Amino acid sequence: MNLATPLKNLDSELARFQGRLKAGAVFVALLAAALLGRAFYLQIMQHEHYIERAESNRISLVPTAPHRGLILDRNGRILAENYSAYTLELTRTKTDDLNATLDEIGKLIEITPGQLRRYRRLLSESHEFETVPLKSKLTDEEVAILAANRYRLPGVEVKARLFRNYQAGPGMAHVLGFVGRINDRDLKRLRETNVERNYKGSAHIGKTGLEQSYEALLHGRTGFDQMETDASGRAVRMLSRIPPVPGKDLRLHLDVELQAVAERAFGDYLGGLVALDPNTGGVLALVSRPGFDPNLFVDGIDPESWKGLNESPERPMVNRVLRGIYPPGSTLKPFMALAGLELGLRRPGDSIVDPGYFSLPNSRHRFRDWKPGGHGVVDLKRSISQSCDTYYYKLAVDMGIDRMHDYLAKFGLGEKTGIDMEGESSGLLPSREWKQRRWKQPWYPGETVIAGIGQGYHLTTPLQLATAAAMLANGGKRIEPRLVQALREPLAQTWQPLPGAVRGQVAIAPAHLALVREGMMDVMRPGGTAAASVAGAPYTVAGKTGTAQVVGIKQGARYDAGRLARVHRDHALFIAYAPAENPTIAVAVMVENGGSGSGTAAPIARAVFDYYLTGKRPGEMKLEAGLANE
Amino acid sequence: MPRTSHWIVRRLSHLDGILLLLVLVLLGISLAAVASASGQSPARITGHLINIGLALGVMVVIANVPPHLLSKVGPPLYAAGVVLLIGVALFGEVRNGSRRWLNLGVIAFQPSELLKLALPLMLAWYFQRNEALLRAKQFLAGAALLLVPFLLILRQPDLGTALMIGASGFYLLFFAGLPWKVILGGGVLGAASLPVVWGLLHDYQQRRVLTLLDPSSDPLGAGYHIIQSTIAIGSGGLFGKGWMQGTQTQLDFIPERTTDFIFAVFGEEFGYAGAILLVALYLAIVARGLVIAARAPTLFGRLMAATLSLNLFTYVFVNMGMVSGILPVVGVPLPLMSYGGTALITLLLGIGILMSVASHRQLNKT
Repeated sequence: MNLATPLKNLDSELARFQGRLKAGAVFVALLAAALLGRAFYLQIMQHEHYIERAESNRISLVPTAPHRGLILDRNGRILAENYSAYTLELTRTKTDDLNATLDEIGKLIEITPGQLRRYRRLLSESHEFETVPLKSKLTDEEVAILAANRYRLPGVEVKARLFRNYQAGPGMAHVLGFVGRINDRDLKRLRETNVERNYKGSAHIGKTGLEQSYEALLHGRTGFDQMETDASGRAVRMLSRIPPVPGKDLRLHLDVELQAVAERAFGDYLGGLVALDPNTGGVLALVSRPGFDPNLFVDGIDPESWKGLNESPERPMVNRVLRGIYPPGSTLKPFMALAGLELGLRRPGDSIVDPGYFSLPNSRHRFRDWKPGGHGVVDLKRSISQSCDTYYYKLAVDMGIDRMHDYLAKFGLGEKTGIDMEGESSGLLPSREWKQRRWKQPWYPGETVIAGIGQGYHLTTPLQLATAAAMLANGGKRIEPRLVQALREPLAQTWQPLPGAVRGQVAIAPAHLALVREGMMDVMRPGGTAAASVAGAPYTVAGKTGTAQVVGIKQGARYDAGRLARVHRDHALFIAYAPAENPTIAVAVMVENGGSGSGTAAPIARAVFDYYLTGKRPGEMKLEAGLANE
Repeated sequence: MPRTSHWIVRRLSHLDGILLLLVLVLLGISLAAVASASGQSPARITGHLINIGLALGVMVVIANVPPHLLSKVGPPLYAAGVVLLIGVALFGEVRNGSRRWLNLGVIAFQPSELLKLALPLMLAWYFQRNEALLRAKQFLAGAALLLVPFLLILRQPDLGTALMIGASGFYLLFFAGLPWKVILGGGVLGAASLPVVWGLLHDYQQRRVLTLLDPSSDPLGAGYHIIQSTIAIGSGGLFGKGWMQGTQTQLDFIPERTTDFIFAVFGEEFGYAGAILLVALYLAIVARGLVIAARAPTLFGRLMAATLSLNLFTYVFVNMGMVSGILPVVGVPLPLMSYGGTALITLLLGIGILMSVASHRQLNKT
């Protein structure tokens, strides 16, 4: 390698240097071209893309939650409303040390252990960048204290929020349901139904009852403020605004006064009652006892209260009217009687002689009547008014389980009624096909016998019984129960009625229907099984009592309510409508461990009828009756 | 008085008119960009003005020092720099995971800054001394002078500065006549050893390179700077959003926007037209520098002028390339644009050397 000549030639050295300068200049030119090429790509070719990204950097949408629609009873009494209150909220990721911050807050304002536990529970269910309430409904003084100390409590905020308030008490909890904080499951559902965007800014969502079922109407539309924000997310100025649209108000068929009367009529008993307008399907009252305080759930329930509600043997969270399933017992008899007539198995004049039991051919097993010794000569009307079991054992056997199933299905038994509330049970209307499918077993004749009096596999909800009773009252029109009567647009004055729904019409021969109705009226007349409960009523009632067994009674043993622990007593059932000639209300009552339908269930229905038909409460009624007697 | 004014005129006569004009225009643009980027912060603007004043003062002083005196500063400055780098390796302070700072009680500074000028000065001095016979031995010695600080800085670790200093040394060897064969051979060898080098890189260095290849892979971390600055530049379009009107700038989306990322501010507010003007101004400075180099009477002057010119544009390229997302993020300011005293003074010191070389032509011709 000869890197240099021994004697430097200045000119050639300079020439080489000039060459290197040129090479350097070319190198610089190439670098400059690369820079300008890149700038051209970014600023000219990709300009649209980057201007869009700069805009989305700059502009953020701040949601404004809409006011939730109100819920009112038929007379305009407010059942669910909103109020604005200050809440103390914490964002975990923004606090320096969560526990120290909580301690510090505890020194400033009162934080109960329950609130702290509730906060920790909510925290465990939330993402750590979410703001979680610690204390709601702050007093003005607390707000002032917190505002003054905010600077040293990073991550702590006082926010004005809208809260739901249910002032109608525990009795309405099963109708209204409640709203609660949106959890992961709710979010997933919102995402699946593509309405997630509409819940930006909303903290609450309907969890049960009407709040859940009418969520889409009640919630309203979220508004958005278009804000210019800086890199740290701080709003600099508002660019535009789409105001929120409040949710729609709901008006119920239900009369909260009637509801209260029914509620009180239960006394200490648990159970359920539903009253329908047989012509429209409107739900006039819907009681499930025990109730609970829905306000507990609105901002997250504390663990103790939740444990109490969830683990109580009384199961207060279960809506017995929609979800409670019981054997219909003797309340099935009017429908069985109608089936006998309509299927041509019985003629109006037919009667049997009841020895007090029924046996299948070639069997010594005796299916006993509830009345030892039997009812003697029993025709169809008397079979209802006396609730003769033997009559229906025999009728059931003549009919067979499949014809029984097909006819009773027309009244909606064993099927969801289609009420405008989620969570309904379908119950069970047994058939040969069902048993084979469910149990892989053949149907036994003895099962048909007890099915005839509503025992065995039969399971119905009180709501199904009420709907079926309403069909007897309205002549076979199968109405769907409806809680909500009308909607009101936000800020509008007028209500838009929601049409009811009819699932069909069961064709019933008028003479047959009249006979069954007569039988049910006889139930309430002197000599009938429930006559005592309507004594002195200024209207006529058609009804049928029933009992649903809780424990099995051994062959040969007797049911003795007095000797059984209360929790093992039969559930009392009662279906009825009134006035019998021109019915405007149909009810189904179920009293848990109430013993007999006539003793505990029918008097509750009486109280409801009294208030609905005469406007008088139970006490007032008796007083007037007493005055009249004098 | 007349004597004083005469003295001043003589001092100023050493300034190169073209370079001075270009530098002042760029500093004016810089002032506007810093004002916008800082949200018209009076403190920032005043600070920038003071820095500019100081740096221009330094430039005037250096322009008046004859090149043969400047060349004598090379060896001691270089020696001091290397000693300090060794000091850093032994006693340096660790900041952000690397040992770059030396705490001298009163001030803490990065000795690597010193080498940015000391290395070219040292090499130019060395080649000037051996002007008569430049052989392989001299180039090997030059390469050794280059490698000592390069490796010391590399193991701090500070890859960016090491490469910048390495580049300045390489330019000098190049202009001194390093044979093309060696350059090309070294290039091929370097490319072949890339996988090995990759393995030697620290995690954070690898991440920076990877982030460059796909900024969205780490949108909140290292990628954030690149994403936001490319958005700023791209959204500027042909003519920009206007001075003080850049949303990325004014709403704090651009990080380090008065210093390393000032080109994002300028690109957003003045657009492609502004970028062309800026690059043109830098090219004009480089062109003027190369002309000065071509006319320089001594090897020292030629090598210094050519090296400083290319060096300046290398800084421009690395900074703009980083901000516009074609080079990894390394902490290199944009010459004459970024806020920051040390870098500005170092730069105008270099410009001063260029002016000194340009204005002392006749004096040395003898």
